[in-house]
Amino acid sequence: MEMLSLSHVSKNFGEKQVLRDVSFSVPEHTVYGFVGQNGAGKTTAMKMILGLLTVSGGEITVDGMPVRYGNTPTNRLIGYLPDVPEFYPYMTPSEYLRFCGEISGMPAKEIKSRCEELLRLVGLENEKHRIKGFSRGMKQRLGVAQALFGRPKLLICDEPTSALDPAGRKELLDILTAAKEETTVLFSTHILSDVEHICDEMAFLHEGKIALKGSLDEVRKLKKASAVTVEMEQPEATKALRQAFPFLKAAGKNSLLLEEAERLPELLHWIADRRYPVMRIERQEADLEDLFMEVVGR
Amino acid sequence: MNAFLKKEWMEWNRTGRSWILLLVFVLFGIMNPALAKLTPWLMEAFSDSLADTGLVTTAVQVDAMTSWVQFYKNIPMGLIIFILIVGGNFTAEYEKGTLIPVVTKGLSRRSILAAKAVFLYGSWTVLYAACFGITYGYNEYFWDNGIAGNLFFAVACTWLFGIWTVALLIFFSAVSKSSSQVLLGTGGTALGVYLLSMFPKLDAFLPARLLRGMELLQRVKSPEDYYANIAVVGLMVLLCMVLSVGCFNRKQL
Repeated sequence: MEMLSLSHVSKNFGEKQVLRDVSFSVPEHTVYGFVGQNGAGKTTAMKMILGLLTVSGGEITVDGMPVRYGNTPTNRLIGYLPDVPEFYPYMTPSEYLRFCGEISGMPAKEIKSRCEELLRLVGLENEKHRIKGFSRGMKQRLGVAQALFGRPKLLICDEPTSALDPAGRKELLDILTAAKEETTVLFSTHILSDVEHICDEMAFLHEGKIALKGSLDEVRKLKKASAVTVEMEQPEATKALRQAFPFLKAAGKNSLLLEEAERLPELLHWIADRRYPVMRIERQEADLEDLFMEVVGR
Repeated sequence: MNAFLKKEWMEWNRTGRSWILLLVFVLFGIMNPALAKLTPWLMEAFSDSLADTGLVTTAVQVDAMTSWVQFYKNIPMGLIIFILIVGGNFTAEYEKGTLIPVVTKGLSRRSILAAKAVFLYGSWTVLYAACFGITYGYNEYFWDNGIAGNLFFAVACTWLFGIWTVALLIFFSAVSKSSSQVLLGTGGTALGVYLLSMFPKLDAFLPARLLRGMELLQRVKSPEDYYANIAVVGLMVLLCMVLSVGCFNRKQL
């Protein structure tokens, strides 16, 4: 069952065409990564899903219901964490969450317990001060709490980890992974290691279109077969190896890069025959950063 | 919508807006009769220096009318201060983006507009009533309010002018992005209407006449002369609100 579906969505701001023909769908109970360069249009796409921007073409549905600009009933199913969350500075975190609960029509008792639960989850349970004095990281944590407050079916996060220190980032990623049980998560980022850690599926947005999409494994397979790094202990051995196999590329001190991994057994044979001591033979898994660079065309 | 009303209440109190405005209007309310009461004393104190310039001071008669004259001088200023302080009510939220979490939680835009409108109209009414009430009270105590004709009608007219100004504020807030645009729009329109009402034919219909309550108090004019103005103002307020709802629904937050 598709929780979110974008079908041939396009968006232009006057003459500037930001999104051309974007189509992807997010299955229920998955964590979906939405990757792209700065200015690719990730935030624009998210704002359209939330009904905050008009759609120039195509259709967006959330849980089967179409999204309309302005007052859209689909928003009751969505929790949104903006990239720079801003709250009312004169309220305390619990007051703000109570306000969120009241807007969604939650009964008072439930609001109270949910409030405590979520503040504990994000580590703000002891904060009694007003939001005015909050750091960006604290605001981000409150943002997660308010996004999850109404038990949304779809959680949309715009660059959720960009403002956090490594510990905070790990905590947030753990929260998002745990949230998968109760909801579906769509988050945009350009920190690819986050995507590698927690995403089930992903989509690459580039020049207004989805350049790549699919599950993490599928996407990794798209890269050329992985390369192997060979590092020898002695520089003479490295030289000899290079001479014997000219297609090897230099890759740092005493290291050589073998791009055609199928030829590894040949190399191993040659090394074994001469009994040269080996420092390291490592197979490089295709990582998303290489894929990103490839897609972006650098 | 109740949740948003509660939030507006909290905002007005915690940002100090309500206290500052209350202070201003209460002060005005006290100043009106106070100035009237002090006029004879002031005249006496300055009679010597005034005599040098050729002005001779005679006994000055002070009554409730003097105080009401002050009221009608101070109320436009009070309204301007009010508009300046509340002018950013909507636009501050646009600039910070604080309405986005609210809207994405499913609160309808109409509820947001309604809650803000309730506070804007309501606070003007409360503040105006405070100012009027204090002046009226003191006037009753020191003098007699009976000499002022059609007092309550006149006071209601000026209140209505304030309501009209607030309706303009709401409309401009629904279509503009920054508080300077809102203030320019509201102030500009009010000024434009004021200038246009210098033409007697237009004055019979424009809101500006509602500010000139002194004419009613001094019995120069009678209530019937104001009916057309009231009707026009009523229509304009309605129009502003309808347009505001439509524009706010479509506004990009």
